[in-house]
This record gives sequence, C-alpha cells and structure tokens, in this order.
Amino acid sequence: MGAIWVIAEPSATGGLATISAEIATLGRSLAATSGRELVGIVIAADPAGAAAELAAYLPNVRSVAEPAAQGHAWATLAAQHVAALAQADPPDLILIGAGLDGRDVAGVVSALTGLGVLANAVSLSWTDGGPAVEMSIFGGKFVTTCVFTGGRGIVTVRPKVVEAEPAPAGGAVTAVASGATLDLPAVPVVDRVSEAGAAVSIEEARIIVAGGRGVGGPEGFGLVGELAAALGGAVGASRAAVDSGWIPYAQQIGQTGKIVKPQLYLALGISGAIQHKVGMQTAGTIVAVNRDPDAPIAEFADVLVIGDLFEVGPALLGELRARAG
Amino acid sequence: MRIVVLMKPVPDPASGGERLGPDGRLDRNSVPAVVNGNDEYALEAALKLVEAHGGEVVLLSMAPANAPETMRKALAMGAATGVLVTDPALEGSCAVSTAKVLAAALTTVECDLVLAGVDTSDGVGGVVGPAIATLTGLPLLSYATVIEPDPGAGTVRVRRISPTGYDLLEAPMPALITCTQALGEPRYPSLKGIMGARNKEIVTRSLADLGLDGATVGGAVTTTSILATASPPGRGATRVIREAPDEAARQVVAYLAERKII
Repeated sequence: MGAIWVIAEPSATGGLATISAEIATLGRSLAATSGRELVGIVIAADPAGAAAELAAYLPNVRSVAEPAAQGHAWATLAAQHVAALAQADPPDLILIGAGLDGRDVAGVVSALTGLGVLANAVSLSWTDGGPAVEMSIFGGKFVTTCVFTGGRGIVTVRPKVVEAEPAPAGGAVTAVASGATLDLPAVPVVDRVSEAGAAVSIEEARIIVAGGRGVGGPEGFGLVGELAAALGGAVGASRAAVDSGWIPYAQQIGQTGKIVKPQLYLALGISGAIQHKVGMQTAGTIVAVNRDPDAPIAEFADVLVIGDLFEVGPALLGELRARAG
Repeated sequence: MRIVVLMKPVPDPASGGERLGPDGRLDRNSVPAVVNGNDEYALEAALKLVEAHGGEVVLLSMAPANAPETMRKALAMGAATGVLVTDPALEGSCAVSTAKVLAAALTTVECDLVLAGVDTSDGVGGVVGPAIATLTGLPLLSYATVIEPDPGAGTVRVRRISPTGYDLLEAPMPALITCTQALGEPRYPSLKGIMGARNKEIVTRSLADLGLDGATVGGAVTTTSILATASPPGRGATRVIREAPDEAARQVVAYLAERKII
C-alpha cells in the first residue's frame, strides 16, 4: 500500500506556500480515511525552513537539498526529484497545488513516471479503486468525479479547498537524497523582478472588487481600487479590461486568468460571460453592479444592483466609510 | 525562425450547450469547436515573432478527423501550414498519451521554438506543455508574459509570472514556452487571410506514421476515467436592487454586515 505525498511549493519569500499547508491539511483526512501514510516532500536549495513549516501540518517530511534551485526555475528540478523518489518507493497519490508551479511539476512528473493527472480537485475521497477526485467542468455546469484507471496518480488541488490547520502534534523532518540524475535542462533565472500591483495576491484575498468593460478605462479602476481599499480587499478584472490595457494581467480572473474563491466578490461593470464565471463562481457571496438587468451575471449573483457603477460605486464608498467611522 | 504552435480544438466555452454522452464524456456534437483561447494567444505571439525575425509558424494539433475546420481559422490568422495527428485509437486519450503523441510528432518538425497555451478551456490541467518539454528534452519556459528570442545567440528570454512580478528565464533554442494572455490580444483573420487559408496545407498523420500504436497510447491505455457526473446545486435566487444609488448602497452594505462579511 503506497503512501500519500504532499509536494511542498515555495512561497514568494522562500517559505511554505499557503496552498501546500492547505493540501497537507487535506492530506491528513485522506490518510485517516484510507489508512495510508502521509508524507510531505520539500525540495529547495535550503529546504530547512519550509520543511519545518510543513512538519507542523503532517507527521513525516522528507527534505531534499537541491542547490541548483537557487538560480534556476524550480518546477523541473523539483519534479525530477519527486519522480526519482516515486520510482524508489511508489506512492498511491501525489498531491500538489493547481497553481503555476504545481501544474508544471505535475506535468513533468507525469511524463517521467507515466502516472496520470487529475486536475483542479475541489474534493477528494478514497474508494476501493484508489483516490476519487471531484472537479468542476465546463464553467461549473457539471461536477465530475474521476478516478485513476491504475488506482494511483497525481492530483492538482485548487486553493481554499480546505482551510490550513496545523496538526495536533508536529512531525519529523528527515533529510533524504532522491538519487535523481537531473537529465532535463535546468533553466537559469537571470533576474527576479517585483512589480507594483502584483503584491496583493488575488488568489489569497478574502475580498475582491473586480472591474470589467463597464469600468470604461484605466481611470475607472481608480474607483475599483478605492472600493477594494475600503473593504480591505484586492482588485480583480475581467479579460475585457485586461485586453484593453486598463489593468495588468496579474489581476485577471477567469478562464485565461486566475481562479479565485474569496468570501466576497464585488463585480463592477462585469457582464459575467462564462469565461469570467469560471474564475469566480465559487465565491462565498457575489454582489454585482450592472446597468443591464439581463446581463449573464444576474443569473448567479447573490445580489444584483441595477444601476450605473459610477453612481452606485461612490455611494457604496460613502456608506462603507461612514460605517468605518 | 520556425515556430511550432500547439493548438487544440475545444468545445466553444461560450456556447453553454454542453451535453454529456452516456460515458460521462462530452458529446462533441453538442457544441461547436473553436481554437482553444490560450492557444490563440500563443499563435499571436508566434506570428509577432516571425514578423520581427522572419520565418514561419507551423500548427500542430492532435484532434478528431474534423479538426481541419478549426485549424483553418488559425491558418487564416497567419500560420503557414498545419500538422494534424488524428487516429481513431486516440479517442479518449488522457494527458499522458496526448503528451506522448505530440512529443513524437514534434520530432518530425524542425523548429526553433514550440509555443503552447498554458492550458485548455476543456481540460484546464496545464500539464501537457510541461510533459511534452520533458519527453522531448526541451527547456521548459512556462507562463510567459514576454518572449524575446536572440536568434544570433541562439537563445530565448522569457518573463515568467511569479507571485510578486516576474522571473526572467533564459534558455538555448529550441525551447518549449507555455503562453499566457499577457502576450497580447490575438488578431482577427483578415479576409485575405481567410481566403489564403483555404489553400494552405494540413498534413495528416496517424499513430502508425509516428511509429506509435494504440497499445501504448490513446483511449485503450488512458490513466484516468470518469466515475460520475452531476449538476452542481444552484446558488439560490438573486436579490435584485433597483433603488437609487444611495439607497442601493445602504442595502448592499446592510446585506454584507448581516452576513458578517464586513
């Protein structure tokens, strides 16, 4: 009987990514129901910090020191170690985040091991045939449950499927060598550049205020930003606003952008086309301001204010500021 | 430069008419096919690169036999030719098989760069690009927002999205780049492009042509299968507020406070 592995991803500051803490928490309940061992895998130039963080969430952490991770793209390096470890001691399930690094790692590990990938899990359970994975498809029209034909595989997990919660007792960290030969080309990172505006990660924001075509231009995003600030949230956007160059791509929500699950999603001048809906439909509460009562967003918003966002927006700001005193 | 763009015909995400067959998989007749959104951005980026550096763009697709209709639209945007890998044995392929087939097809086309969308709107896995890079041994430059080749030096630099901005990556060519929408909005095909696309060549290859067979790739050896499909519960009724802005704002804030969101 193989174990369940959680592959830790690095955060922006080199620690443990939030998604990995969430998946480790999810892994604990899967380990309990399936009677399998749960193992965390950390691969980094200096894995000690992230490994200690991960050990707060699960019983066993294996850490692999990979000096090349310092100046090279992480995913391909990490994936080769994961594949080598999996060759030596095949797990039944490899869990990793459904974000950029996680998807890259899943793809490379899949190619190296032949293991299948089930993507964007919103829920996992264990059946007689192995892990069963629920995901939302076709813009949320269907929820499908999939399994691996061989009973084993790789699952990428959506953010916020569970809330990260440390284990009652901390785990142990063991430094290991994977035996990987690192045959794939390592890609040097020539520079790491911080950009203004990218600081607030919209995937982790509790509240998102998003603007669409109806915002009318970059100036309109001033109002969106003020509302986001008043609510303590982050600014998001639809593809139309990003393609028009009004706001950076990093803020885009939807099919070709980010998938978010905030507690509150306030949509200003967003019609709610399916490509956008895909990215935000699991938000806790959806409030939309739109002039068109027949806009698609009317079908899935919890509250729809019919009106001009340049009138309703400032009124909302006034009301929020008055409330804050 | 010669750039291969991986392109997948997908059910039109805007159609909303998706029906599932008895096997739980999409009934492809229920929805018209379009070029996958992120692949259009990859194609646009490739076209701009050959406009700046010379060369041509070749489309590569693994799809059902009726895919040329969708490929014509991409050819109309400006790609020179297309390669379609199609074989009845490929129906029901998983990501592992898809990557193996496309990797095998890539060995038949000489190129400087391979561009692909970061994911597809139907599968949304984002794993096929990295898997192809692995199988072909090409450097993987993923989540590109800017692509800058230096043909003289034989290298390419890519800005990859990072949590705080971007990482600048560099690799020798050929390399495989997965493309985001930040690369720029795809062009509309011109009338001349549409007319010209009718005469462009689409080469069809079977599994046997690639030295593969249905015992090692395709639907027979899929690594994943569908257990059940259901419609999710709805979100409940929408509360519509039609009052004047001040009153509407008061009601929204009261609603949010009631739910302890603010």
